[in-house]
Amino acid sequence: MSSLTQEYITEQLQSKFGESIQSMEMLHDFLTITVEKNSLKPLMKFLHDDETLNFHFLTTLCGLHFPDEAAQFGMMYQLHNMPANCRIRIKSFTNDSEPVFETMSDIWPAANWQERETHDFYGYRFHGHPDMRRILNMDSLVGWPMRKEFPLEDPFRGDKDDKMFGR
Amino acid sequence: MNTNKEILKEKEYTILNLGPTHPATHGIFQNVMKMDGELIVEAEPTIGYIHRAFEKLAERRPYNQITPITDRLNYCSSPINNMGWHMTVEKLAGIEIPKRVQYLRVIIMELARIADHIICNSVIGVDSGAMTGFLYVFQWREFIYEIYEELCGARLTTNIGRIGGLERDFTPLAWEKIHKLLKEFPEGLKEFENLLVRNRIFMDRTINCGPITAERALQYGFTGPNLRAAGVDYDVRVMNPYSGYEDFTFDIPLGTNGDTYDRFMVREQEMWQSLSIISQAVEKLEKMEDKTTFHADVPNFFLPEKEDVYNTMEGLIYHFKIVMGETEMPKGEVYHAVEGGNGELGFYLVSDGGRTPYRLHFRRPCFIYYQAYPEMVKGAFLSDAILTMSSMNVIAGELDA
Repeated sequence: MSSLTQEYITEQLQSKFGESIQSMEMLHDFLTITVEKNSLKPLMKFLHDDETLNFHFLTTLCGLHFPDEAAQFGMMYQLHNMPANCRIRIKSFTNDSEPVFETMSDIWPAANWQERETHDFYGYRFHGHPDMRRILNMDSLVGWPMRKEFPLEDPFRGDKDDKMFGR
Repeated sequence: MNTNKEILKEKEYTILNLGPTHPATHGIFQNVMKMDGELIVEAEPTIGYIHRAFEKLAERRPYNQITPITDRLNYCSSPINNMGWHMTVEKLAGIEIPKRVQYLRVIIMELARIADHIICNSVIGVDSGAMTGFLYVFQWREFIYEIYEELCGARLTTNIGRIGGLERDFTPLAWEKIHKLLKEFPEGLKEFENLLVRNRIFMDRTINCGPITAERALQYGFTGPNLRAAGVDYDVRVMNPYSGYEDFTFDIPLGTNGDTYDRFMVREQEMWQSLSIISQAVEKLEKMEDKTTFHADVPNFFLPEKEDVYNTMEGLIYHFKIVMGETEMPKGEVYHAVEGGNGELGFYLVSDGGRTPYRLHFRRPCFIYYQAYPEMVKGAFLSDAILTMSSMNVIAGELDA
């Protein structure tokens, strides 16, 4: 399908960022790479700048929260090399109580609002971001709504719980 | 020696609030604009006025109950959102969809694309002072809504289709209406084009209005007609075909300037392509031996016939399990994208095997490309800013999720 093979990408990344890459796997049709937070920005910059890899398009990014994991706060980025029609997913996790990620808005201006959205919902800060404010919620909102501990509705309501259904 | 100080005349700017509820913005957008006379020096958009926490809501709803949420993203083409969501879940659960159902879905999605584009294009006309075209093609949108109504019972927020297929087969009346559309809509669209495409006033107003280069558009994450108007031939239907799009022959119209006129023309041409796709699909379906399948054979996901629920044990069990959200979902994460009315609409779904998604993220095209708006209108007239906004097809529901 694409001239850019999965082997080539993994090889390139292994040789450059070998130690900081925590996992590489194919999830359905997506090559997914988990990387240490410190190497996230250099890795993204490399994927963008390298002439063969040429991941010039940031499809989407979003926050992730896994309260039961050791590193509970995460970021997910999806990049796209359109000429080769190759997509890749990068993830990075941290356990800081107030996570700070490097901004990607200087590489892809498209990241600007999406990082604001992630800040708005997860409370992460993005170092170097030009305008770190809430974007969709009101400024007076207390808390970070997409974190798992933030209640959606009456927390005592039991009829929507998994435990009612044996899971 | 000249001791007089130089007289500095301070330049005065006007701060103008465009919105949140301005009749010319077609939705709840606020732009605080710094104006130098009639020229825009700076624009700052504020968004989120109709934020409804879709991503959070989705974490507490079983998969089939998320479809109505997707209706309310880009409500000008809800069926595409619905189908995109079904296909995401089907990808996660590994459900194969029969060809006939795929083609039926293609028909629905292309109808939705036409409905989306005629609204956007005719509204560009309205904002440049031409009301007639809008009122004229609106009856065609109404007609497409009648087809939706025949297919699923609803018109705007359609909730069309189900995980694993469609809720019901196309009725004879639906087919009749689709054939009528194929026969009569080209004439209507042609007339609409005659009013605007080579219209001196319209061209003067839209050419070089709110342009963006291909490079900048890619950096800003543009997709859909807005990106194609800038000259990049990226279309999800061709790049990552879904629902049988690989079986169809169609062109991807491209612009060169990325201005309002190009965006208008790209949408205009896309409607012709959509019509051609629909007629190809109708033809393929007529040749197909299978005339009745409207869903895959997945009793775990697709509700059984009411008769079976009342008369058979399996039917009752499956019905109960689906309604109570007891269907096993595999663990994992998927991303599925469809070519929505205004760009790549993506669903990033993380499942932990529970009744509801663990995390669902919508890639909403207009949320991503609307951030280029201040740059696109800088130095332009206020009236051009209005026109640029309507030509970008920013839909408040999708913008704010």
